[in-house]
Amino acid sequence: MNWRRIRAIAEKDLDEVRKNRIAVVSSTILAVVFSIILPVIMTQAMVLEGGTSSDNITSLIPPALQEEMGSLTSQQQPVVLFLGYLLAPLFLILPLILASVIAAEAFVGEKERKTLEALLHTPATDAEMFTAKVVASAVPAVLYAWGNFVVYTVVVNVASYPIMQRIWFPTPIWLPIMFWIVPAIALMGTAATVLISSKVSTFMEAYQASGGLVVVVLGLLVAQISGILFLSPLIAIVVGSFLFAADAFLIWFGIEVFSRERLVTRM
Amino acid sequence: MGVAVATEGLTRTFGAVTAVDHITFHIEEGEVFGLLGPNGAGKTTMVRLLNALILPTSGSATVFGKSVLQQGDSVRSMTGVLTESPNLYERLSARRNLTFFGRLYGVPEADLKSRVDRTLTWLGLADRADDLAGTFSKGMKQRLALARALLHDPPLLFLDEPTSGLDPSAAREVDTLIAELSRERGRTVLLCTHNLVEAQRLCDRVGVLANGRMIACGSVQELAQRLWSSMAVEIDLLVPPPPDLGEILGAIPGLSMVTVEGTRIEVRVNTREQVPEAVSAIVGAGGQVLRVVPREHTLEEIYFALQKEERS
Repeated sequence: MNWRRIRAIAEKDLDEVRKNRIAVVSSTILAVVFSIILPVIMTQAMVLEGGTSSDNITSLIPPALQEEMGSLTSQQQPVVLFLGYLLAPLFLILPLILASVIAAEAFVGEKERKTLEALLHTPATDAEMFTAKVVASAVPAVLYAWGNFVVYTVVVNVASYPIMQRIWFPTPIWLPIMFWIVPAIALMGTAATVLISSKVSTFMEAYQASGGLVVVVLGLLVAQISGILFLSPLIAIVVGSFLFAADAFLIWFGIEVFSRERLVTRM
Repeated sequence: MGVAVATEGLTRTFGAVTAVDHITFHIEEGEVFGLLGPNGAGKTTMVRLLNALILPTSGSATVFGKSVLQQGDSVRSMTGVLTESPNLYERLSARRNLTFFGRLYGVPEADLKSRVDRTLTWLGLADRADDLAGTFSKGMKQRLALARALLHDPPLLFLDEPTSGLDPSAAREVDTLIAELSRERGRTVLLCTHNLVEAQRLCDRVGVLANGRMIACGSVQELAQRLWSSMAVEIDLLVPPPPDLGEILGAIPGLSMVTVEGTRIEVRVNTREQVPEAVSAIVGAGGQVLRVVPREHTLEEIYFALQKEERS
């Protein structure tokens, strides 16, 4: 593997993504909504509302959390529940969407703009091209999620300070989610888009098709809210491990799809 | 000079279609070899096979001794390719396009900037180096694509329709560049083109493809000799020729007088070498020669004759 070539392809892909308005606008909107608007609205609603009925909140809380919640006031409980626990799986949409957008640009964009043939004529090996494009998609998606996590941490603590009177975020569940599930989900967005890219011919088609992966995240959210699967740190590590296993399977298929011979004959 | 490219029974099928059908040929180092043929004849597939983008169904090919089957990555590091359409990253600048490809082709980082600047200057794009490739005219895009193929100074160039879409002056500049690359820098060029005038001007030898097969291969002269047993020579005299000139010329083996129109006669010879012999015979018979024009067959005539022969 020639890492200079891998870096050159990854940097070029990111240069192109930065010039893709859909990628830039969608990732900016998601970042602002998840990291700033949601926590601010939630906390300010509680400040203005002055709290909610304890019974209502208790009924929403999974048993594992009830003890922790018991020590909080009725004004603090919804803030901790929504911003500290329920929103955690939803945050996974950020790396998933960005990884899918970049992968769609990197794999299908080349085909759509007819730049792929010139790339295939270079000495870069199939493995180098594939690795570069996976790195270009997954790494920025993970960094983007982490960057948003930092902003979210600051916004949540600042906005909820009048209610919580202390720095309480992040809760323990966020660390395995950020450092274990986020890389797994970013790889999943990338690998699934690689597979989709072999069946579609435009960036928009790939972008829309990979949007279906949001179902995975929504499934986690529903499981969390309904109490079917409360994301404790241990469960998060297990879920992440399953996702990594699925990634390995998808990447294996992706490597099969991403061969010069196959790409050239489908151009 | 060694052999740059050699194929042996090279064949590639796509399903029921045979795009390249048992082709055996070679290209000498430093030669400009033209690959001619109608659309769908197999030219692009041939370039993709020779540059190891796709593998042959059967047969073999080597580029500077390296097998396209086993050493594809090494083969691609020795070639520069101008694809039929420029295939540029239009949202990146001309400089960024070249820097990117320079890195892929292994141009050392220390030389990269100067190499890019020099190539842009050489192709007349220095003043637009930092503009997006998407803002370029068709001719400028073609020149940038050519710059990309030349940047790493490869010993073998695959040029697919290099002057397509260029105005006559830009096309002439590209032709001059190709001739310079071959004659002054010793580069080997495989030129795929529909432009038969360009091919005749630039190519040392040509291969004519039809339905995936190479129906003829050789220099223009060799192909003409294969198709026609003689060539016509127009000779203008100061005064009408002596009446027995036909008999005199007819007595020379491989030479005959075809027509006389006033002071112009047309003689047929079997080889170019017989032209001076014909002139000498006319002068010997008292003819006063003003002008001699051998009417060699053009590549265009050869090409259409070959295609006609193939159809029949």
